[in-house]
Amino acid sequence: MGAIQNKLEGPVSDELTLVQAAKRGDDSAFEELVRRYDRNVFRIAQHITQNREDAEDVVQEAFLKAYGNLAKFQEQSKFYTWLVRIAVNEALMKLRRRKPERTVSLDEDIKTEDDSLPREIADWSPNPEQQYSQAELREILSKTIQGLPPGFRTVFVLRDVEGLSTEETAAALELSVPAVKSRLLRARLQLRERLGRFFQKRESGDGDQ
Amino acid sequence: MKCSDFLNELTNYLDGVLDGPTKAELENHLSWCHNCYVVCDTTKKTIEIYRDSQLYELPDDLRSRLRSAIMTKCQEHKKRGPQSV
Repeated sequence: MGAIQNKLEGPVSDELTLVQAAKRGDDSAFEELVRRYDRNVFRIAQHITQNREDAEDVVQEAFLKAYGNLAKFQEQSKFYTWLVRIAVNEALMKLRRRKPERTVSLDEDIKTEDDSLPREIADWSPNPEQQYSQAELREILSKTIQGLPPGFRTVFVLRDVEGLSTEETAAALELSVPAVKSRLLRARLQLRERLGRFFQKRESGDGDQ
Repeated sequence: MKCSDFLNELTNYLDGVLDGPTKAELENHLSWCHNCYVVCDTTKKTIEIYRDSQLYELPDDLRSRLRSAIMTKCQEHKKRGPQSV
């Protein structure tokens, strides 16, 4: 069983060139940065807010904030990591506004019952996702991730969906590396357990459909 | 190695960041512990399904609309000066 490959290995070599041009006032360079990362920002925002309109707002606000604060961007870190940090903060603000009754924070240590130990160990079908149509699968994945606390799903989406490294995720969320690792493990295990309801091998009767 | 030890290292194992001896110890555990094998395999599958799902893709028309709104606002911001964001 091998390691998971990250899908995001974006070309960062000319990212700095674009950032420097944008800092000098070249709007077409900034527009290129928008083109490069708008899909990622939208995905992250929708994962966190679970609301399409909010995600659209976050994309606009995050890029506008990045544009307005470009002069303050320290070029030691990647522009993308800096942008993600802005987008995550905007998305969490939306969430707080929408769900003021629930505390939404990445800093607090999220307490849950002991969910680290898997309760459900049944194996899955060989290609479980193929039992469902694309639309059904998206619905299942969306509902399942919605059930995670925002702090967990944020770490999961940055690490496992967007392919940021543990260190980049920690920097983007202003968390320690051990905190990212602990949340990631719990997010992965909770998602696994919840998806099991849909993907487990069926023991009898309708098992081979 | 106990199952709880395996679980503590699961994220490092799936991310491929373990040193050789620890990795070998985990794989030895996996070779006889069916439960941990299943948890490991289905967790890996969970990650792959989400990563490949194309959940929340930005449709092309919305994408153009957002980009043009962003660039318009950026230009307004430029005209107004640096204090306006």
